[in-house]
Amino acid sequence: MATEKGKEKEKMNPMGDIGETSPWQSLTQGGFVYGEGNSVFFNTGDWRTKAPVWKQENCKQCLLCFPVCPDSSIPVSNSKRQDFDFFHCKGCGICAKVCPFGAIGMAKAGEEGSHE
Amino acid sequence: MSKRGRMSGNEAVALAIRQIDPDVIAAFPITPSTEIPQFVSRFKADGLISTEFITVESEHSAMSACIGAEATGVRAMTATSSAGMALMYEVLYVAASDRLPIVLAAVNRALTGPININAEHSDSMGARDSGWIQIYSENAQEAYDNMLMAHRIGEHPDVMLPVMICQDGFITSHAIENILTEDDAKVKAFVGTYEPEHHLLDPNRSVAIGPYGVSPYVFELKRAQAYAMEQAKGVILSVAKDFEKEFGRSYGFFEEYRMDDAEFAVLLMGSAAGTGKVAVDRLRGRGVKAGLVKLRSFRPFPAEALAEALGGKNKNLKSLAVMDRSEGFGGFGGPLGAEIRAALFGRTNGLKVVNIIYGLGGRDIRVEDFEDLYKELDAMQGMEARDIPYVRYLGQREI
Repeated sequence: MATEKGKEKEKMNPMGDIGETSPWQSLTQGGFVYGEGNSVFFNTGDWRTKAPVWKQENCKQCLLCFPVCPDSSIPVSNSKRQDFDFFHCKGCGICAKVCPFGAIGMAKAGEEGSHE
Repeated sequence: MSKRGRMSGNEAVALAIRQIDPDVIAAFPITPSTEIPQFVSRFKADGLISTEFITVESEHSAMSACIGAEATGVRAMTATSSAGMALMYEVLYVAASDRLPIVLAAVNRALTGPININAEHSDSMGARDSGWIQIYSENAQEAYDNMLMAHRIGEHPDVMLPVMICQDGFITSHAIENILTEDDAKVKAFVGTYEPEHHLLDPNRSVAIGPYGVSPYVFELKRAQAYAMEQAKGVILSVAKDFEKEFGRSYGFFEEYRMDDAEFAVLLMGSAAGTGKVAVDRLRGRGVKAGLVKLRSFRPFPAEALAEALGGKNKNLKSLAVMDRSEGFGGFGGPLGAEIRAALFGRTNGLKVVNIIYGLGGRDIRVEDFEDLYKELDAMQGMEARDIPYVRYLGQREI
């Protein structure tokens, strides 16, 4: 789901479809990066070895988790945290450590969202 | 209408800078280029230029300030020599990879070890793979003319690379010579304005310049840089053509002096070419078919054109001395010698080549030295190529 969100964002990327398989002729001059805030288009969630699992039944929506995320992988909407943004989550586990209610567990990468 | 004048190479470059009126100059003084920012400072005090003149604390800072300025879409320039260029070394590469057409007035001086302030090409030779265009001047006139062409070359959309205009320390930078200068208005019209496609202060298109390059991109970006350098060849020639149309003086990748039927030739860069031409004239007067090639564009290196001039086109040429004002410790001669040999390999039949190291630390080279060298070139004809040493030293004491 999160990956799909990433793909959706990619459609608006001012860098177009430039990627790691682009030939040299297709890159921007000097490797310039156009547009602002485009780190959101960069998939940093593809190399984690562990993944957080949100156990909604334990979650009190205390919101201690989202400010400690070193990226921005815990989206908040209407004062409530949503599921993890796995397009960016690196699986560091800080959120799991901070959660006082056991609402965040850590699973192996690849088992994201296995606990519904 | 050109105006006759008398000035040193540094004055000539400073005059060009005044006429170009760049937006930013960031410089740190170092002999023998110190005069250039000194003149600029005076122009600024006298209200002759609108340039923002930044007196920085080092050459590393000078080039860094130029990079920052140029990235905002304006023209930035600096001047340096020797250890100053060495201190810029790290950021020279950044200017080139960020595709910022900064223009640097280089006044060639020996790199320290032992410390020396005189002419040598070791400083800019160290930066030969930094991605900068390098154009070498024989005299004040050429330093002036090359400076007027520099922005047009570097700022061309197909190029977008920084440009170094080199002249020999003291010999060119401080000797007063006759020179033709051009009207301010004509120079301004020729140089034109700089309107880069993208820059940091463009409110309509935000851009990050100089981002980290991860492995999947760096190789491709370097390839694009190499391509731009290749594109610069055509631009150097077309700008020279426009320059000739406007001001009447003609330039190319290199100058061929009395090469049409030459049997013996020397190839070199910078001020010693003038001395060499006097020797060629003397020898021609005695019936010796001597010629000289003075390389102007070292980066990009016009390998094909040189091979054509020295072999393809000139069937009479028997022996060639490639002269380096720079040592290449542990190599097989100087950088110019090695590259010319490589460019000629397989493209010239039977041409005998020797690399000559000369003029280190400002050691004088006289007309008589060139005459002796042409005698050597004559003697080389009778030698087997394998018996000719790769490199010889000229004008140096030895037992």
